[in-house]
Amino acid sequence: MKFSFSSEQEEFRSNLRRFLADRAPIKETRRLMELDAGWERAGWKALNAELGLTAVRIPEEYGGHGFGFGELCIVLEEMGRALVCAPYFATTVLAAGAILLAGSDERKAALLPGIAAGDTIATLASAEDSGSWDGASCTLTASATARLNGHKSFVLDGHTADLIVVLARGPSGLAFYTVDGNAAGLTRRLLKTMDQTRKLARLEFSDVEATFLGSAEGTYDRLMIEAAVCLSNEMAGGAERLREDALAYSMMRMQFGKPIASFQSMKHKAADMLLDVELAKSAAYFAAAALDDGDEDIAVTASLAKACASDAYSQTATHAIQIHGGIGFTWDNDTHLWYKRAKSSDVLFGDAFYHRENMMKHWAA
Amino acid sequence: MTELNEDTVRAECRAWLEANWDPNLGLVEWRHKLAESGWGNPHWPSRWYGRDLPVGLVPVVKEEFARIQAIGPAEAGIRVLAAATILAHGTDMHKEKFLLRIMTGEDTWCQLFSEPGSGSDVAGAVTRAEMKGNQWIVNGQKVWTTSAHKAHWGLLLARTDWDAKKHAGLSYFIIDMKQPGISVHPLRQMNGHASFNQVFITDATVEPEFLVSEVGNGWAVTTTTLMHERRGADGLRTWGKGSTRPERAYEEERAEIATTMEPYRWYPQRAGRVDLVIPRAKETGKIADPVVRQEIAKLMTMSKAAEWTARRARTAQEQGRPQGPEGSLGKLVSSNIARAAARVHTQISGADALLTGDDSPMNGVIAEILVSVPATSIAGGTDEIQRNIISERVLKMPRERTGDTDKPFKDVPRNLVG
Repeated sequence: MKFSFSSEQEEFRSNLRRFLADRAPIKETRRLMELDAGWERAGWKALNAELGLTAVRIPEEYGGHGFGFGELCIVLEEMGRALVCAPYFATTVLAAGAILLAGSDERKAALLPGIAAGDTIATLASAEDSGSWDGASCTLTASATARLNGHKSFVLDGHTADLIVVLARGPSGLAFYTVDGNAAGLTRRLLKTMDQTRKLARLEFSDVEATFLGSAEGTYDRLMIEAAVCLSNEMAGGAERLREDALAYSMMRMQFGKPIASFQSMKHKAADMLLDVELAKSAAYFAAAALDDGDEDIAVTASLAKACASDAYSQTATHAIQIHGGIGFTWDNDTHLWYKRAKSSDVLFGDAFYHRENMMKHWAA
Repeated sequence: MTELNEDTVRAECRAWLEANWDPNLGLVEWRHKLAESGWGNPHWPSRWYGRDLPVGLVPVVKEEFARIQAIGPAEAGIRVLAAATILAHGTDMHKEKFLLRIMTGEDTWCQLFSEPGSGSDVAGAVTRAEMKGNQWIVNGQKVWTTSAHKAHWGLLLARTDWDAKKHAGLSYFIIDMKQPGISVHPLRQMNGHASFNQVFITDATVEPEFLVSEVGNGWAVTTTTLMHERRGADGLRTWGKGSTRPERAYEEERAEIATTMEPYRWYPQRAGRVDLVIPRAKETGKIADPVVRQEIAKLMTMSKAAEWTARRARTAQEQGRPQGPEGSLGKLVSSNIARAAARVHTQISGADALLTGDDSPMNGVIAEILVSVPATSIAGGTDEIQRNIISERVLKMPRERTGDTDKPFKDVPRNLVG
């Protein structure tokens, strides 16, 4: 497998980077993260409409652009870099991903065009209070008449989504159901999150009316693989931004009459940071290409990319604060926003330890 | 003229090989044919045994050779660096005299850069070359010289002007190693092998025409050699095992490989032998230990990500795009991998890691890993130098002021130790 970006992809990336720098600056992230919702419909629709970002990986027959994970991951990397506060990951990677994997043609036709157009904000509710994203730990039940009972937690944008894809134990095994965000019997509560740019909710289901989407046997595991790969790319983008900002700061910050970037202690740290980030990027890019190529080792590759990105992002964030010194520990300095995103990204869908164990399950066999 | 592309090059190379490859030829005789045809080093200039082929198409030629097990030019060892340096800076006389015998494997080379007093700081060399009569007379000491005891020729960095500033006082020579003024002594390493030598140079002579480039331009030439060394990294030492087939050319090649590769026997071990980690963990049962599993997975993550990073860099190069920072990281990451691998191997081996030789796992291979990996972060540019290069050249961070470039070299403080 060859992996590299085509000139069209590179152009797409640089346009997107300029666009996000202009339209979603960190000042806007700071404003949105203070809102309970974390996003605003009019603003998000406008942002999305210009480049059709939610449509990237949705097939053309359902109103999308029909690109692959390669392109989707470019969007995610750039969003991670810009730290965009938006319901993008939940909608496109998780909800659209589940619908594409498990839904019938009819259900896809009913649900995907709204997502592609940016009208429907959607998410996936799979983890519960146990905090595990393993399908086996799911306790929420679906009756033969598709009524849901139980709870979900750590649901990305779960308090604001129009459409919720729910993982449930149905009459014939693990299955996905769709629920309207305002359904009767559904109670949604915003959780207080350490990373304010990533909103999470806890959902209570009390005899909630749902619609069967499709079997989750196999498809849920696959969805988690896709989520790990996509998040790895988002993380690589955030890590690179932190690295670049810390480097720029070290060039400007004068101590003892010269820029601190001239001290070998800073230079060696910067070289190590570059190494960490470039390795994480390679793993994330490789995993995205492997998803598009249908690589049979994708479960291992996805876990490897996620573990690599987790460690690299957290390490880079720690170094970035250290390089900034005292100012890096203040609320006004932006570094902590990415630091917290690094932490939330590490934990989401299983941390580095979980994913390393996942890799070993395959290699030890 | 036929258009140069993968298909035309492949077809032309294949046709030539089919008409000419004969394993019953002697190795040198066959390589003369390679030199005449240009297929041995097709990226070299057509005037000098090559075909002016773009570097991106060389793999196609290598594939064609591999397809029918045709033997290529002599490639391992310092001779590759000698060829690259001579092609870049040598005179026609140098090219005439040396390139062919490099290709055929008749001449062996060594690199006389490092000195006891200048390891990372190669430009601090104090071996002196003075013009006396109509010859250069060389005195000094070099170290870490692989294959010096077998070499016919050496790439020599020496100081020719002590009043000039550090870099400006250096010159680059090709020196005949088979002369009385050169005395070679093996240097025993912490892993018991003796792959390198100390070279004592006492009134050795160099003819004026064996100066490479100008007097005082030695640092620029050295940089070319070092650049090729870093680019090649372990490529210099990865030579195939050779075919087991009985014909004469194969037999001669096996002997050549055995001789050339002898100093590099422990090199796979110094890189950490990541390939052995999972098989060893299964063999010892440690694969069931959750702590060991974490460490193995960390190592494999680093190793795979490094492999993919190298592939990213290669792909960019093949597509003719400028290489990003990913191209400068290989050396540094290989040190991290080697260290981590040695640690994991120790963890996996448990008490057996106390032993060595035939009392120890895999007849000493594991023990050899443990005592060989420290070389990885030192040889060919220490990790610290790599980090300086990355931060200054890739990240454009300011260079640190040093105390040795603003005055005549004779006034620069020398080592107080070693």
